[in-house]
Amino acid sequence: MADGQQTPGAISIRHVSKIYDPEGVHVEAMRDCTFDIAAGEFAVIVGPSGCGKTTLLNAIAGFDNITAGEIYLDGELISSTRHQIKPNVDRMVVFQNGALFPWKTVLQNITYGPIVQGRMSKKEAVARAREMLDMVCLTGLEDKYPEELSSGVQRRVEILGALINEPRVVMLDEPFRGLDAVAKTVMHEFLMQLFCASPRTMFFITHDLDEAIFLGNKVVIMTTRPAQIKKIVTVDLPWPREHSIMNSKRYIDLKREVLDAVHEEAKKAFEAGEREMA
Amino acid sequence: MPGTMKSVSSFSQLLKALTGIALFLIFWEVSTAVLHLPRFSLLPNPVSVVKEWFSFTPVSGRSIFTADYYLDIAYSVGRVMIAFSLATVLGVSLGLMMGWNRIFYDFTFPLVEIFRPMPPLSWIPLAVLILPGVEVSVVFVTFIAAFFATVLNTLLGVFSIDKNYFLRARCLGSKPIHIFTNVVVPGALPFIFTGLQIAMGIAWLSLVAGEIIAGQRGLGYAIYEGYSLFQNDQVVYYMLTLGILGYISSAAIRAVGRRLMAWESRRRGI
Repeated sequence: MADGQQTPGAISIRHVSKIYDPEGVHVEAMRDCTFDIAAGEFAVIVGPSGCGKTTLLNAIAGFDNITAGEIYLDGELISSTRHQIKPNVDRMVVFQNGALFPWKTVLQNITYGPIVQGRMSKKEAVARAREMLDMVCLTGLEDKYPEELSSGVQRRVEILGALINEPRVVMLDEPFRGLDAVAKTVMHEFLMQLFCASPRTMFFITHDLDEAIFLGNKVVIMTTRPAQIKKIVTVDLPWPREHSIMNSKRYIDLKREVLDAVHEEAKKAFEAGEREMA
Repeated sequence: MPGTMKSVSSFSQLLKALTGIALFLIFWEVSTAVLHLPRFSLLPNPVSVVKEWFSFTPVSGRSIFTADYYLDIAYSVGRVMIAFSLATVLGVSLGLMMGWNRIFYDFTFPLVEIFRPMPPLSWIPLAVLILPGVEVSVVFVTFIAAFFATVLNTLLGVFSIDKNYFLRARCLGSKPIHIFTNVVVPGALPFIFTGLQIAMGIAWLSLVAGEIIAGQRGLGYAIYEGYSLFQNDQVVYYMLTLGILGYISSAAIRAVGRRLMAWESRRRGI
């Protein structure tokens, strides 16, 4: 697509901190996080529940501000304490519980973005949406409402609805949570297919370590709240990946490395929880 | 086949509904005309009510074969329709604006909450005083409570919308007007229609009260007249007429709602 040109979508997170309600309850969600996601990289963020992963996503998306540091997208400052660029199509979010409009059909949901932006005519958007549905074998569902579909299909439709806008970054907040293991493998292959067809920067939050390693180029492990960067593991497995890769020696080593780091944090989180309960 | 299934189930539903009505009529007839139970003996029995209702020469001068009966219906239906339409247009607009704009909400919500509980009948003295003619007053009284019910339900409808729909709409590059038409309005629609059903009920209720006190013509007025002249049959079949009209108007709202909210009805399988 953009062959030869440098693909956009590099995110740079510089010393970012976030304190909710600094004057009152004072909840420190993130402390001095610094890391980079290269353009076209599939970054997976893992860490204990409630550690501040979604906080970081909200900051990048422009849903919420930060209390220290800066976030850059392709060198442009998108969030700092003084400055915040509102949400836009460059940074598409796929929500944890799904946010397809229940009153719009599959086709209307996918074409909504390009039409309201005025980037495509309705006809063009519909043609493009059909093409995308074809590619992932979801033809025939165009006129269904989301609630007539399984949650796995809803997730896929929502992802297509994000990708049709050709965002610089796609951010997914535990998108496959609640799906069973079989449905998850289908989703992983689906995402893999789309990602390989046109690589773009992914910011993917999950609890599932297999998901993290199977999908990611880079696994960012965060600490218990306040979230700091615990460790960054580069996943040097070749693309495209198939599920059999999970039996390879390299995969198992990587998983052990990630697991050790996550386990340490999970224990801390558990103990902190015990303390809070006491 | 789903089609056959549906018609079988709706047939058995109809059968049950008719049985329920028949049982009620039997109970009514037995307790009044047959057993003359204490207190019940004063009630007109269903046979005499139906006789009078369908009489060519009604004692009260009103039956389904007289023009007066239909004139009463026309007056009441006309008043309800005008009041309900106004309540819908104004109530939905106000509710959407309140739900959509925080500042507007802060200004208006306390006012709405003070005016809303005022019983419609308490408006009669002021309505008669300032509005031109009795007719407008009756319509106003019919309108006022229905209006507040619509405002409140529309407002709750906007508040009920999942926050993520707004965030997703913003990510997708929506301008405020797009969010209003694509998220706020359809998102609030289920609550709006619940509100409209309630509002329709309230409109009939207020109408009859208004007609009894301040009206000329109309079903409520005819009930009051029947009461004054001790025409209890007339009272009862006018009540039944009100019941039937109320049922039809609710069903009409539901039907419109189903058409506008295809996504909801498909989910519920209706």
